[in-house]
Amino acid sequence: MSHFIDRRLNGKNKSAVNRQRFLQRYKSQLKRAVTDAVNRRSITDVANGERVGIPSKDIGEPVFHHGPGGTRETVHPGNKDFLSGDRIQRPPEGGGSGSGQGRAGRGGKGEDDFVFELSRDEFLDLLFEDLALPNLVRNQLIGTNEFKYARAGYATDGAPTNIDVVRSLKGAIARRTALGAPHRGRLREAEAELEALLAAGADETDARVLALREEIDRLKTRLAALPFIDTYDLRYQSFVKRPEPTSKAVMLCIMDVSGSMDQVRKSLAKRFFILLYLFLQRNYDHIDLVFIRHHTIAQEVDEQEFFYSRETGGTVVSSALNLAHEILTERYDSQDWNIYAAQASDGDNWDSDSAICRDILVSRLMPLMRYYAYVEITPRQHQSLWYAYQDVRAAHRNFAMQEIGGGEDIYPVFRELFKRQEV
Amino acid sequence: MRNVISESSEWTFPLLERFDRELARLAHDHYRLDTYANQIEVIASEQMIDAYSSVGLPISYHHWSFGKQFVATEQTYRRGQMGLAYEIVINSDPCIAYLMEENTLPMQALVIAHACYGHNSFFKGNYLFRTWTSADAIVDYLVFARNYIARCEERYGQEEVELLLDSCHALMNHGVDRYKRPAPLSMAEEQRRQREREAYLQLQINDLWRTIPRIDADGNGEQEARWPEEPQENILYFLEKNAPLLEPWQREILRIVRKISQYFYPQRQTQVMNEGWATFWHYTLLNHLYDEGFVSDGFMMEVLQSHTGVVFQPPFDAPYYSGINPYALGFAMMRDIRRICEEPTAEDRAWFPDIAGGDWLAVLDFAMRNFKDESFIAQFLSPRVMRDLRLFAVADDDREETLAVSAIHDEGGYRALRQALADQYNLGSREPNIQVFNVDRWGDRSLTLRHTRYNRRPLAENVDEMLRHVRRLWGFPVRLESVDGEGRVQLVGEQR
Repeated sequence: MSHFIDRRLNGKNKSAVNRQRFLQRYKSQLKRAVTDAVNRRSITDVANGERVGIPSKDIGEPVFHHGPGGTRETVHPGNKDFLSGDRIQRPPEGGGSGSGQGRAGRGGKGEDDFVFELSRDEFLDLLFEDLALPNLVRNQLIGTNEFKYARAGYATDGAPTNIDVVRSLKGAIARRTALGAPHRGRLREAEAELEALLAAGADETDARVLALREEIDRLKTRLAALPFIDTYDLRYQSFVKRPEPTSKAVMLCIMDVSGSMDQVRKSLAKRFFILLYLFLQRNYDHIDLVFIRHHTIAQEVDEQEFFYSRETGGTVVSSALNLAHEILTERYDSQDWNIYAAQASDGDNWDSDSAICRDILVSRLMPLMRYYAYVEITPRQHQSLWYAYQDVRAAHRNFAMQEIGGGEDIYPVFRELFKRQEV
Repeated sequence: MRNVISESSEWTFPLLERFDRELARLAHDHYRLDTYANQIEVIASEQMIDAYSSVGLPISYHHWSFGKQFVATEQTYRRGQMGLAYEIVINSDPCIAYLMEENTLPMQALVIAHACYGHNSFFKGNYLFRTWTSADAIVDYLVFARNYIARCEERYGQEEVELLLDSCHALMNHGVDRYKRPAPLSMAEEQRRQREREAYLQLQINDLWRTIPRIDADGNGEQEARWPEEPQENILYFLEKNAPLLEPWQREILRIVRKISQYFYPQRQTQVMNEGWATFWHYTLLNHLYDEGFVSDGFMMEVLQSHTGVVFQPPFDAPYYSGINPYALGFAMMRDIRRICEEPTAEDRAWFPDIAGGDWLAVLDFAMRNFKDESFIAQFLSPRVMRDLRLFAVADDDREETLAVSAIHDEGGYRALRQALADQYNLGSREPNIQVFNVDRWGDRSLTLRHTRYNRRPLAENVDEMLRHVRRLWGFPVRLESVDGEGRVQLVGEQR
């Protein structure tokens, strides 16, 4: 007799553990693949999942098997015009009527990659592994509105849903034991007395017997009247709100969109910022992002405009720095906020402006900053801004600068800037 | 006489049960098939992929290689490069078969006939399965294995266990007893014995290794006969029992891998027969239902379309040719046996005097019970099938410039062709013959494996990698020698 079972509602992800183990095991290969992928991709789809390939030979599961050579006889179907004794040219390697010993992945094309798809999360996990915002300080803030509920023992009142049954019943037992103890003691005595009297030959109508019997009844009633559970016994699980120390952070993204930034450089800068954006989004729940772009004048924009609109004009970097400072003094008190900034530019600037930039940074911005990262996208000679910024770096340890030559530099430079720093 | 069960192609549980009843009636009463009870489970396609990745076992321990399998299957399935099999069936008692939710009613009926009556009766009847596997205990044993390995991972670390499993998996094909019947498995028994083994091993001091090598005054080590006395073909078993440095839990894991390998051993030897048998029965049973009027023309068309897809054999020069399709060969042979019994020709009478004109059910039953692929082909492949499939044999000798067509489907070639095809399914010639040959007990404790070359075939180039795995299990140097047809011994690889 057959027995039918509907298993469709059973778990589907039986293999999730095995899949994770597979990814774990080939992490280094996967990381390489992810890096390659980031360098190849256009801006918009960095955040999608990715097909990655690992060389098949790296993940093989070896077994003893025969290699080519020796003699073998194989039988094939579909003979058309062969006769016994015909000689045939050896087919090229991996050809159709192969050795019959052929193993998956070893035909013709040489080393195939084992290609598969990573989910977006898996992809980004690998991409941003070991990266962190430097110098982040968790400050316990007065007036913060971040709370977390934490258990805090038991309380005598609360919502019915929070009744702790075991605790309450334990209390009830204790109460019944305590309140009943004197009566039970007396009851035992009275029963012993009664038994002694009866044993001594006292009559059922004897006054002492009657009195004892009455007392025993009374005591039993008293004991039975003790409530099994009383409101007094109820215990509730207690939760308290605790303020959570939070790290409030703001990231200023400053990008040069002047005419000297040609399309290629703009797209490099944008890719840098997209990486940064994904990284922040992924790792930190509460980060404010401020987007500032500038040519001769600076503007605060939203992310859509920051990444996708076009601008041209000359370049005055200090305009952006001034705007940044304004925004910070207005909205982000450095006592409460961890302040970060990333700036991308091609290094072009009004000659006289570079010195101003240096002064703004050294005296006004850097004291507020946890970390300031500057990337210069230029394959050429550095200009005045780079040298001015070198002075800043000399003055402040939390100032970092790197240059990006082309698309393949973006990810390594990004990693360099945000790699987890050992304290 | 039309009493069609359903015109719809949507399946429901009552309909499945109805079909199962009819198929069971035909299979048991009409065709005298002997089966285990069926447990038919309906699953979704994701679950099918899950089932695939644990090599078709209903439950298995965790290992990255199953994850890799899963990723690969999911990938090809999603890109539409591969359809999933319609069913997976497990050699257990009751016999577990999975049906996919997405299948239409005709497909479900086909799968029930194929798996629950075809494969099922094969598992119950074939001598290899009867000898080597214990259908009633396998699921229990897998539960034991999974729990045991999970416990080891907790205790000794996931990485440690994983490395060990890697090495065991590499030697899995060499963890099979080919001639001895293994003891039956059951979970309770296995757990008890496992504890016993462990306790015993903890107590025991291995005499073999206690002795410091005794060197005579004149510097000659005590010369002993070779040990083990007879070469051992079951390398995993040998390591489990004799590797000096393994902990008890490691030996237990070797044993688990060995047991699972042993469980699959009959399946590897009966591909053609098993699939041919199941295909023959779904074809026969469903045609019978059609003749009785239980299913409509449309239903039968769908069944036949899928059936022909399964038994299609592309010719050798087709771009998607990948060897002989076991379904096609098996089905053709099973059908041919029936034909030989029912309508024998003069040729059949000359080739198969014993069965020509006999009772086809009895002959098929005999064939199913007592053969494996190799002997089945050697015994039953008829000239007719060779002609139909237009088989030809090609001899490849690396000492010669060209390949030679050694036999074709003609009078002079039938016997040679049949022998060549049977040999192709001989596991003994497909897999290299490697045995434990010697242990240098008085010297460096090194282990020597010997590969006996078959038709001068060398081992593939991954010998060093493989020896590293053996080295990991053995704990001392390992070397591999190769013996050719003339008995010359040559060192192939060594891991110190």
